Amino acid sequence: MIHDLVQSGQWLPFAFALLIGVSMLLYAILDGYDLGVGLLSRFARGAERDRMIASIGPFWDANETWLVLGVGLLLVAFPRAHGDILTHLYLPVSGMILGLIFRGVSFDFRKKVPPDQQPRWNAAFFWGSLIVTLSQGYMVGRFMIGFQEGVASQLYAVCFALLVTSGYALMGSCWLILKCEHDLQRRAIRWARIAIWLMALGAVLTSLTAPFVNTRIYDRMLAFPEVTLLLALPLVSVMLTVIMHVLLGALPLPGDRLAWLPFALAVMIFVLGFVGLVYSFYPYIIPGRLRIVDAASAPESLRLILWGTAVVMPVLAGYTVFAYRVFKGKAHDLSYD
Amino acid sequence: MDPLTLSRIQFAANISFHILFPSITIGLGWLLVFFKLRFLATRAPHWMELYFFFTKIFALSFSLGVVSGVTMSFQFGTNWPGYMNTVGNIAGPLLAYEVLNAFFLEATFLGIMLFAFRRVKPWVHTGATILVAFGTTMSAFWILALNSWMHTPAGYTMIDGVAHAVDWVAIVFNPSMPYRFAHTLLASGLTVAFLTAGLLAYRALRGDRGAAVATGLRCAITLGAVLLPLQVLVGDLHGVNTRDYQPQKLAAMEALWESTHGAPMTLFALPDETTRTSRYALEIPKLGSLLITRDPNGYVQGLNEFPGLHPPVAPVFWSFRVMIGTGLAMGLVSWAGLVWLWRRRDFPRLYSRILVAMTFSGWVATLSGWYVTEIGRQPWLVQGVLKARDAVSAVPGTQVATTLAAYLLAYVGLLAAYIASLFYLARKESDSSGATKGAHP
Ligand code: HDD
Ligand code: HEM
Ligand code: HEM
Repeated sequence: MIHDLVQSGQWLPFAFALLIGVSMLLYAILDGYDLGVGLLSRFARGAERDRMIASIGPFWDANETWLVLGVGLLLVAFPRAHGDILTHLYLPVSGMILGLIFRGVSFDFRKKVPPDQQPRWNAAFFWGSLIVTLSQGYMVGRFMIGFQEGVASQLYAVCFALLVTSGYALMGSCWLILKCEHDLQRRAIRWARIAIWLMALGAVLTSLTAPFVNTRIYDRMLAFPEVTLLLALPLVSVMLTVIMHVLLGALPLPGDRLAWLPFALAVMIFVLGFVGLVYSFYPYIIPGRLRIVDAASAPESLRLILWGTAVVMPVLAGYTVFAYRVFKGKAHDLSYD
Repeated sequence: MDPLTLSRIQFAANISFHILFPSITIGLGWLLVFFKLRFLATRAPHWMELYFFFTKIFALSFSLGVVSGVTMSFQFGTNWPGYMNTVGNIAGPLLAYEVLNAFFLEATFLGIMLFAFRRVKPWVHTGATILVAFGTTMSAFWILALNSWMHTPAGYTMIDGVAHAVDWVAIVFNPSMPYRFAHTLLASGLTVAFLTAGLLAYRALRGDRGAAVATGLRCAITLGAVLLPLQVLVGDLHGVNTRDYQPQKLAAMEALWESTHGAPMTLFALPDETTRTSRYALEIPKLGSLLITRDPNGYVQGLNEFPGLHPPVAPVFWSFRVMIGTGLAMGLVSWAGLVWLWRRRDFPRLYSRILVAMTFSGWVATLSGWYVTEIGRQPWLVQGVLKARDAVSAVPGTQVATTLAAYLLAYVGLLAAYIASLFYLARKESDSSGATKGAHP
């Protein structure tokens, strides 16, 4: 049977669904921390803000490229899904793009304009980041219920926007705990403690509104016997949240021990959340609307891309690791020379 | 307005904004490599001054290129879903390869190039600079392979109205690809030559007489003077290629209403599509045929052979003349500069002012060149395969109008901020380097 699957090329769409999923997850984690730093930049002052932004300066562009890859692969492998998703989400996508534009250019403009114009670009950096995170959360919410209309659906998507935004703020503050010292690190710890509870609130709100909006998600989640296995997801997440809370209370430790742990925990929470979401609509590519097998493009083109990806990925991983090693350790102010 | 027109305007606005920045970064990346290598060879500090000054400009241009590029990658889905449904099997892999082997490369090594000068060994830093330049060139390669395929499709078959790939080498190296790639790279080199010349002339006018300014100006003007004749040559070959594959575009470029032997070259005219004539035409007999067919009496196809299937004439005709005119101006100015360089004299102030005025002349030529190419393809989206009107999305016109207005507003603001920042950076640089060197007479 497996032989048939391989021969007929039917495994290809699933391989691509996996690749797209991995890209999106990596995007949420990687751009998550730099978007989060963007959100928090509002609450920092002068030199502190410079230090925060310096900690993400060398990375944000590559992080954002995962989004381009994810969307690109969706476009390539599932053109119908791509068109359907992006036309339904036309306005929030456009909002997100404008947010990404203003935030992306602020990195450079804020340091290259006359000092009296700097506040303007700092504001653009924050508001851009906020619009991006809110619209991404809103879009995931709309997507989860297959773009269903109605007040309850909109409310559900808004709760999702809160969840994702606070999740990104958590990633951002954990990144700062890892990359910063002294006062700024202590402030980051405080931010993380607020963010983790906001995120928990967002998770509770979305779980509570979900059944009013769409029972499919719950039917899926509560079906026996998967439910026993699936129960593990929220349970572990709750556990991680509690560990995080305790840990944040104890940090900073002498010698900066365990400063990396909040970031690792936040990544785990993201992974679990992501797996849960994906599970709830698999094998659909758009929940309740379009299945993976029905949406794929021609196998010969997909094969070519898969080969390319297989060759490029290790190289990409290699130089990404190299770049992170070049900038390892605590962040210092960035300059070109 | 209907969604089709709005979507077109929006796509054109977004791509026009995007292309401004790659057209700088492709060439500037290699110019930075040159500065760095000259420094390594001579150890003269002004090469590093040039490197750092233009690195700032590179970084700013790059970030604008990235964010507007991200916009582009969503445009296909939001505005042209029919495009991907029909030719996704061809366009998809080309776009994917662009992301995989160009975008990640440049994005990752840009961080090292910009911020790790003191953190890594000198050769690693030079290597990162080279990889960034290489990455931008690869971006251009893949996207131009796709764009050229839309003009001269090859290596595919149509099955049930969907294009399927047959021969990838033929797809990537389709008939117009080599010309378009060469012409675009040269265009970027010229854009950068005049951008650097303009900014450095601005610094010179403000009294910055450091070695960096003089050396940089010499490089920029020489670069422009060398690339321009090459560009004319490649442009001419590109035109011949267009004659073979898109004769209706060539006819529109020349506003040639009827097929003829011994077609003239039109310097000026007001093409009028309703009467199918050109008013006030100023022509040089036979030159058109000579350039297009290499024979003064050669046969050139006119618009009459493509009823209903040729592009709007006036915009193509005019864009073409703006491109050529700007190119000629670039040639005059850079060659005039050579005269002073040759005699080792300072440039007259008037000449420096002209250079400042031409800082963005590359943008004018590049944009008008693209308008020739893209409007000249109408009504086709993919020549002979798919029409634009069959690819548009079902998004309501009001939504497109809203986002179009938002984009345009953002672009005007960003463009103003970008141009102001470049000149501000130049002022800041000349103030600080003028102060340290005290070389002012
Ligand atoms: C600095 C920019 C620049 C300059 C000085 C020129 N061009 Fe150009 N031209 C471009 C930048 C450009 C471009 C923006 O890069 C285009 C659009 C697509 C392409 O391949 O190149 C273009 C397109 C383009 C086309 C359209 C090809 C097609 O789509 O079928 C032709 C025939 C020429 N050019 C010919 C010329 C000639 C004869 C020039 C001599 C003066 C010239 N160009 C100068
Ligand atoms: C290299 C990649 C490019 C691709 C894949 C591409 C593709 C497209 C597509 C899909 C359209 C919309 C459909 C249509 O109206 O025909 C279009 C139109 C257009 N493009 Fe491009 N394009 C590219 C480069 C450019 C550049 C660099 C410019 C100019 C700066 C440009 C200018 C335009 C314009 C003005 C139109 C509108 C033509 C019209 O509708 O009359 N394009 N192109
Ligand atoms: C429809 C067409 C296009 C799409 C979808 C597109 C997409 C993109 C994206 C997503 C980026 C950002 C990459 C990053 O994150 O680093 C980008 C940058 C770039 N694009 Fe485009 N692009 C298009 C047209 C063009 C054209 C016509 C050219 C040149 C001829 C070009 C050359 C570049 C280059 C050199 C870069 C990298 C340098 C920079 O950002 O300035 N692109 N593009």
